[in-house]
Amino acid sequence: MLIEVKDLQKTYYLGDIEVPALRGVDMAIDNNEYVAIMGPSGSGKSTLMNIIGCLDVPTEGTYILNNHDVSTMSDDDLAEIRNKQIGFVFQTFNLLPRADALHNVELPLIYAGISRGQRRQMAREALERVGLGDRIHHKPNELSGGQRQRVAIARALVNNPAIILADEPTGNLDSNTGEEIMEIFEQLYKGGNTIVLITHEEYIANHSNRVIRLWDGTIQSDEITKKT
Amino acid sequence: MYRFSIVGEYLAMAWAALKTHKLRSFLTTLGIFIGVLTIITIFTTIQGINEYVIGELSNIGSSTVYVEKFPWIIQGDFWKYRNRKNITYKEYRALADQAQEADYIAPRIFTFKTVKYHNEAYERVPVIGTNEQYKDTDNVNPDRGRFFTQLDVNRNHNVCVIGHDVAQNLFKEESPLGKRIRVGSQKYMVIGVNEKRGKVFGQSMDNFVLVPIGTFQGATAGHRGMAVAMAVRDVAKLEDMKEEARGILRRVRKINPGDEDDFALNQQDQLTKAYQSLTGTLFAVVFVIGAVSLVVGGIGITNIMLVSVTERTKEIGIRKAIGARRRNILAQFVIEAIAIASIGGVIGIVFGYIIGNFVLSQMNLSTGVSLSSIFVGFGFSTFVGVVAGFYPAWKAARMNPIDSLHYE
Repeated sequence: MLIEVKDLQKTYYLGDIEVPALRGVDMAIDNNEYVAIMGPSGSGKSTLMNIIGCLDVPTEGTYILNNHDVSTMSDDDLAEIRNKQIGFVFQTFNLLPRADALHNVELPLIYAGISRGQRRQMAREALERVGLGDRIHHKPNELSGGQRQRVAIARALVNNPAIILADEPTGNLDSNTGEEIMEIFEQLYKGGNTIVLITHEEYIANHSNRVIRLWDGTIQSDEITKKT
Repeated sequence: MYRFSIVGEYLAMAWAALKTHKLRSFLTTLGIFIGVLTIITIFTTIQGINEYVIGELSNIGSSTVYVEKFPWIIQGDFWKYRNRKNITYKEYRALADQAQEADYIAPRIFTFKTVKYHNEAYERVPVIGTNEQYKDTDNVNPDRGRFFTQLDVNRNHNVCVIGHDVAQNLFKEESPLGKRIRVGSQKYMVIGVNEKRGKVFGQSMDNFVLVPIGTFQGATAGHRGMAVAMAVRDVAKLEDMKEEARGILRRVRKINPGDEDDFALNQQDQLTKAYQSLTGTLFAVVFVIGAVSLVVGGIGITNIMLVSVTERTKEIGIRKAIGARRRNILAQFVIEAIAIASIGGVIGIVFGYIIGNFVLSQMNLSTGVSLSSIFVGFGFSTFVGVVAGFYPAWKAARMNPIDSLHYE
């Protein structure tokens, strides 16, 4: 299993008040799956995404990612896991505004300690894969929303991560552009990548092969929607 | 290789960040600029003056000690010195007879006299009465003729060695050797002309007439300007010679043990030391002024870095999300602070160097680059950058990736 989550709990504290966000989530995701995690706001899907993305650690339970037990790791170890195993795609793109597309895509490779020449090469290839080979020196404000999200996808891909974690990737895009972006995920999936999609839109979730629904911090349903 | 390339990345990041806020970066670096400018300007100037002064002082032989009534540098009560006895000819004889350590001992008395040759007269020339060893205690090297000998001194021959200026003023084109000149009321035959020595502190060193001491009027009757020059060939023996001379004089003068000397043993390093302690104080003052403006500049950098870190919370979140470790963020912001500080530092070094050398050239002193001042300037500004940038950078490094990602 690529992702193995057991009895995952996360509790936030607002002063003295305990706010449970996840109350015992168990799930397993295998290599080259295309999973959508769905749920209304407050269902705990953002918390789950943060933990799966190694941005946060659970209060209780274990999380094994690609044979690493990440549930008890230090900040710096988590950073390294994020760098090597996870490619993020955010709703708001989260690109560095003053850096051009190439530099934005290069960024994870800088922290991976890859030499400049190799970095350039890899970043260029990733941008070509998302169809932006001719825009590598454009800055985010010179690109359309769809193009920005493609840069973000290229950045998520460039390190060959174990999973691509997309949080509402089409939330800030019109439906046509959204479809184009979903097309790219489709291709990545077909190319062997594992994709975890967080969304509350049914039509976006329909692109995936498996839908996990969260409700009040627990898994309500987990079903295979498409046979491959 | 990896380490090196990532430092390059940090520098590129720092440069990009500074470029986006040009005016802010410029104003922030101003404090450091002024601090470094102050230090380098004064440093360059003082160093130039130092080189000149120490160079001039070294014209006084370092292996010679002068036994005199007054010390060269008088500290404290002048009246204490004023009541001292003169050094006498008898005391010179005692030193000459008893001192074992000194290789050369020469008495020295002097006065100003008018020197004449035919119709040419040259006024207020220092006339020095001494012996044949003065050649070695005070480095006299006639390039024409010779110095006087022991025989000349013992027999009180009326011979003299003249300085280069005296020769030129009295004889013009004529050769002075073998000519008789009138010094005061006496006539002397010129047997040597000293090589040209040049100037020290703007004062000609070539304006003198040397005569055997016995021919000098009143030489043996307790002349008040008497001094005894004592020299060693090996500088290592200088201290032994001084101790021996002190002992002989104290015995001759019957100074009680425990009472202090009532004569002075002067040497070049007293002047050098006095000068160095003076400039040392000046250095310290300038250093404090420069340090204060560096501290103020450093506070400015800390302040602006704190603002910058807050403004760039989202950037920090992005970097952390894609794998930046704490030390990566820390290094990025510390290097940015160092960059701000060293830009001010480098400009300060350049301008300080230009101004310092301008001042030196106005004083007609030789200008130069002082490598140490460049290192000091650069080292200080870098240090200020590290110290000033550390807290904001540490704050940035500790940020939570989730919160900072959602910061707007």
